[in-house]
Amino acid sequence: MLYFCALILIQFKQLSVVRITTLSKLFSRLLKSFVSPLALNLFFALLFTFNISAQEPDIAKGKSLYNANCAACHKLNKKLIGPALKGVSAKYEKEWLYSWIKNSAALIKSGDEQAVAIYEEYNKVAMNAFPQLSNEDIDNILAYTDYVPEPVAATATVATASGSSDSSSITNDIVLGLLVVVLTVLIVTLYLVTKTLRNIAEKNGIKAQVKESQSFSIWRAFIKNQFLIFTSVILLLLSSAYFAYGYMMQIGVDQGYMPVQPIHYSHKIHSGANQIECQYCHSSARVSKHSGIPSLNVCMNCHENIAEYNGEEDLEKGYTKDFYTNEIKKLYKAVGWDEETQSYTGETEPVKWVRIHNLPDFVYFNHSQHVSVAGVDCQKCHGPVEEMEILYQYSSLTMGWCIDCHRESNIKVKDNEYYTKVHEELSKKYGVEELSIAQMGGLECGKCHY
Amino acid sequence: MGNHKKYWKSELELSSDNPIVNDLKNNEFVNELPADAFQNSENSLEDSSTNRRDFLKYLGFTTAAATLASCEGPVNRSIPYVVQPEQIIPGISNFYATSISDGFDFANVLVKTREGRPIKIELNKESNDNTPNARVQASVLSMYDSSRLQGPTMDGQDVSWDQFNLNVRAQLDAMKASNKKIVLLTQTFASPSTELIIKKFTKKYPNIEHIIYDAISDSKALDAFEVSYGVRALPTYDFEKASVIVSVSGDFLGDWQGGGFSKGYAKNRVPKNGKMSKHYQIEANMSLSGANADVRLPLKPSLQIKALLKIYENISGENTGVTLEDKLDSNLKTISDSLIAAGSSGVFITGLDDVNAQIIALRINQLIKSKVLNTKKLNYTRQGDDNKVANFINELSNNKIDGIIMAGVNPSYTFSENKILNKALESIDFTVSFSMNNNETAKLSKWVAATPHYLESWGDVEIKSGNYSLVQPTIKPLFDTLQFQDVLLKWLGSTNSFYDELKSNWNISILNGSSWNQALHDGIYLNKKSRKSLIYINKDLSKNVKNLLSSGANDYELTLYPKTSMGDGQQANNPWLQEMPDPISRVSWDNYLTVSKSDAKDLGLRNSNDSNGALDSNYANVSLNGKTIKIPVLIQPGQAKGSVGLSFGYGRTSGVKTELQTGVNGFEFYEKFNNTQKVSIQAVDENHEFACVQLHNTLMGRGDIIKETTLEIFNTKKSSEWNYMTQVSLNHIETPVTSPDVDIWDEFDRSVGHHFNLSIDLNTCTGCGACVIACHAENNVPVVGKSEVRKSRDMHWLRIDRYYSSAETFSGDNITKDNISGLGDSLSVFGQMEDPSENPQVAFQPVMCQHCNHAPCETVCPVAATSHGRQGQNHMAYNRCVGTRYCANNCPYKVRRFNWFLYNNNNEFDFNMNDDLGKMVLNPDVVVRSRGVMEKCSMCIQMTQKTILDAKLEGREVKDEDWNCACSNACDTGAMVFGDINDEESEVLKLKKDERMYHLLESVGTKPNVMYQVKVRNT
Repeated sequence: MLYFCALILIQFKQLSVVRITTLSKLFSRLLKSFVSPLALNLFFALLFTFNISAQEPDIAKGKSLYNANCAACHKLNKKLIGPALKGVSAKYEKEWLYSWIKNSAALIKSGDEQAVAIYEEYNKVAMNAFPQLSNEDIDNILAYTDYVPEPVAATATVATASGSSDSSSITNDIVLGLLVVVLTVLIVTLYLVTKTLRNIAEKNGIKAQVKESQSFSIWRAFIKNQFLIFTSVILLLLSSAYFAYGYMMQIGVDQGYMPVQPIHYSHKIHSGANQIECQYCHSSARVSKHSGIPSLNVCMNCHENIAEYNGEEDLEKGYTKDFYTNEIKKLYKAVGWDEETQSYTGETEPVKWVRIHNLPDFVYFNHSQHVSVAGVDCQKCHGPVEEMEILYQYSSLTMGWCIDCHRESNIKVKDNEYYTKVHEELSKKYGVEELSIAQMGGLECGKCHY
Repeated sequence: MGNHKKYWKSELELSSDNPIVNDLKNNEFVNELPADAFQNSENSLEDSSTNRRDFLKYLGFTTAAATLASCEGPVNRSIPYVVQPEQIIPGISNFYATSISDGFDFANVLVKTREGRPIKIELNKESNDNTPNARVQASVLSMYDSSRLQGPTMDGQDVSWDQFNLNVRAQLDAMKASNKKIVLLTQTFASPSTELIIKKFTKKYPNIEHIIYDAISDSKALDAFEVSYGVRALPTYDFEKASVIVSVSGDFLGDWQGGGFSKGYAKNRVPKNGKMSKHYQIEANMSLSGANADVRLPLKPSLQIKALLKIYENISGENTGVTLEDKLDSNLKTISDSLIAAGSSGVFITGLDDVNAQIIALRINQLIKSKVLNTKKLNYTRQGDDNKVANFINELSNNKIDGIIMAGVNPSYTFSENKILNKALESIDFTVSFSMNNNETAKLSKWVAATPHYLESWGDVEIKSGNYSLVQPTIKPLFDTLQFQDVLLKWLGSTNSFYDELKSNWNISILNGSSWNQALHDGIYLNKKSRKSLIYINKDLSKNVKNLLSSGANDYELTLYPKTSMGDGQQANNPWLQEMPDPISRVSWDNYLTVSKSDAKDLGLRNSNDSNGALDSNYANVSLNGKTIKIPVLIQPGQAKGSVGLSFGYGRTSGVKTELQTGVNGFEFYEKFNNTQKVSIQAVDENHEFACVQLHNTLMGRGDIIKETTLEIFNTKKSSEWNYMTQVSLNHIETPVTSPDVDIWDEFDRSVGHHFNLSIDLNTCTGCGACVIACHAENNVPVVGKSEVRKSRDMHWLRIDRYYSSAETFSGDNITKDNISGLGDSLSVFGQMEDPSENPQVAFQPVMCQHCNHAPCETVCPVAATSHGRQGQNHMAYNRCVGTRYCANNCPYKVRRFNWFLYNNNNEFDFNMNDDLGKMVLNPDVVVRSRGVMEKCSMCIQMTQKTILDAKLEGREVKDEDWNCACSNACDTGAMVFGDINDEESEVLKLKKDERMYHLLESVGTKPNVMYQVKVRNT
């Protein structure tokens, strides 16, 4: 009995491959249509397209100078390695600032009181000297640090941008809702009408028995017709088997699995907006079987300097700047980073991420084989990660899905001496130009199951 | 057929009238279904406690539970490092060189770690000797032992280390002030840095005497060497230079003088240019060395002494006055002549615990000017001094000792006079024990210092002179432990850690300016400074001879020996070692009294087989000087008449899980550190059940499993004579079975890509079992326990079959045969000679899945769970297996193992896989199998795939030496060679073309990818 079940299951497994791939295609198309296009950089574009006369300090120039020279150690609103620079020109004399920026060490040496005070406050780390900056450059930078943007205009643009992109889906919803209401009204009226008609008929003493007896006879005829019963039972069994099969096939397939993570980490921001290479963080994918969730010290490579979020917001879903900044704070807590003192406290608390891609234990999968040897893009299996606000399992990760790819893809032979000889001999044997992975033995059970 | 020797696995097979054995021989499947119980009697169904309703309830519940369980997957957490250590990449193994020196086993090893946890012990290829044996291979599991001590204790109470040290220091100072005697009893450390610290310690506290104690002592050999060469040490033996080896009771392939000689020994065991070494073994128990010997004389210890004297007489010409019976005398004459003929390439060793015997052995080597005996390089692995220990016991019983500190020793278990010690430990106020687990000694000590495992420790060891090895931690200590050296430093008031001391000591006095980092990387530092040979001190030996002659004989003489799997019993809590079958007896989970067949008959001792092949025995009461122990009996073919054997290492009672408290304590009989004792024996009629895999899985009487020949035939005759290929008739023409014309299968084309083969040389396989444990560790093979092994459900992927065969060309037999006069005489003499179990020849044959190119298992699998890979490996997809067991039934080699139960997370199998700590040893690259699936050797496909991937990542072809298998890696004799036969340059291809090559059961036509090399005996 068991044995037959197993046989059937195995056959089903092979069938299901086709079904699941078509499903996944449908699914991904649906997803794509829901992800709204982004309004990028609108904010900054609006900010810095002022026409400012030549004598006035140039804020745009100041910004680029600031980013090139100062941003590594200073922020506008917050202490980093050096003090916050917003409104710094009000605190110090301009001349003093010129000499400080050009050569702070000399100023400290000269015994300038203000200079020594800053030196002491910031752990006796002197600021780099910038002799290449002219006074005009410094004026431009100071103009940028003093600049207060006009927030009203900014929010307005964001609001309109998001409003326009969502309008189509809203109208769809309204139309659908109206349809539903109209239909329910129709049903209710129909019911009421029949009810009143029946009442009227009863009052008039007319009984609608003819109809009843007729339906009864159909039922009886059905029972009498054994062939009809037989076919309908078979149909019933077949259809229930179909649904049962469909249900069972999705057991253990977690396509679309999108768990809530302890830190709301957005791949859309890191990999999409900031275009960080996947393997910058998932570096072990190149050499190891695991792609590896990056350790928190990797996060801190950037986040030691990036303490707050200043990018796109999605107000509808509640992804505000504050929301993201708050998530960065969670990272600081986990890694034990004290923003005030800009140092590690040593109190760490590992982040317990929820694992999304769970291959069963009996499958051996090696990232480096696919990433480094075959040169497969991460997106091929993991989907458009750079568009995912919350990461989800893109592919089905079923065996059929693996095998499909192994059948279709060719081996990347170029510049790999390992393949030179074996590829030449095997392609001659199979009479093909390029070998597929399957022809190389990539469908053998033992290659993945041990 | 090349030879017509009769092979047998159990002594019971020799009696043709044993019905069970006959049944077993013809009945491949011993487990019958219990169907009869239901079908035959009507009552049995009604009696059953489970009625139909219950059955339906269970069925309903399990279906519902299974459905519910399958609906929702568990939430898996993935927790990355906060700060990832630079050298750790998840999924990549790191290797560290270190050394083990636990007082019994000394070896240079390479430790494989994954994500910071050691998972396997490998050979350190930088080191030429001191290779890890089975126990060292298994030692990694002993670290993940949840019953280890987790912190220091004082009077049984947990304390902090500060408190502990403060308390002990106060005691030490007080005792120094009142000049009370303290004894520091330690193992042999052979560690220059530890010795330095101990010296400082005894200097600060002059009331402390340091005594080195080896549980299994070689003190007599040390004394003899001191007499002969003026230095108290052991010489080394370069067996690769030996052409004739004569050993009297010295099991040098086992643990004689610390062991580790097999690598050199194996070098001359493969016939080269028609020559190979000749090995004579004279012994009482059947040992590994005896099993590998070309000529073996079973003699009881008192006769061994006489034989030793006779050989000495023959070589030196000095009359010893020993008289022996003619046959033995002529045999000894042959041995002596061959030693004399070999001259400097001969060697004579002895394992007799007698100073005089050892002195004479050294003299024999001196007389033949043996260059095998090497006094330039000394062996420091045994330094215990029996006299000092005896004196210590004496002082203990006279209450002259006020304090004992013990490190690395467990005297409450290993002293034969342990009653005196235990009493003293209870009465003395100051007793400190350094121990990894709550063993017999720690249990009785007031202060117990929890020590780390060697994989968590720093240290150094000079195994052989000039061969300095470092011990480095491969994991942070799992528990709150401190090593002995660190604690001593604390007691000395030093702020340095042992690591600081170690490093400075090495930089000052060992490294001679070489790099510390390099030494740490290699694990060893070889001081290549050439040393001079020691000068032999010539003395008159007539007194020694006289002393030897005066040692009397007894009806039954006991020889104690360390068993391959258990050694001195330190690792009794290691389930891998408990389950490892003894190479000779094939018994696991036990020790036993080995007796010869004729003695067993005299004494009324019996072995019998249960219906399913399991071994039963009765007990013997063995008595020595008023001590009596009841020991199960095993009839051992080749056991010398009048001798019995018992192994050390069993019978632990404390610090060991109840299931692993097996056997009896052989140390009880180890009186005066003498491994031979005169005992009396009485049979006890009580049944004992063994877990012996000896009669399991019969090969259905098919011949040609072991192919062997003699050197003479090998040299003079064509290979078709001694390596016969079975022929079949094709159109009345004899055709070899391997010919494609007689094959019903289509041959696959395997000429492209890799094609893996494994060659096993029966000549160099000593049966040591290191591969068995290596395979266990690499492939997450479960431990199933004694009762399951008894039901032949052991899970070893690799077993070493041991076959006995009757000696056919013993020169002694020829002489007897020639001396026969008349028919009546001939009948009786031939009858005598034909008792095969008296002195059988032994062959070891490691058998794992043969990875047949035409595999019988593949064709019968209904779900195609087992299939063939193009690279020659027979794949097993566990997730596809539905457990029909057809494959195992169709396998002619009986190498498939079925998971009858869930062996992990199951309280019924409470071994390392049911223990959070024990699970840390699992190899993450190999899946842990579940209940109801078949498993077997995969030819370490995870390792071959890794090798291929490494080559792909580096964009190069695979080199021959890159191919690895757990078993071939663990084999220090080079008996197992693994590689790719499609590589023209490969070693394994050369072996495949060798004329000694044969496949197991070639006539079945399975075309295996595992091959064997015909055993050649130099008889």
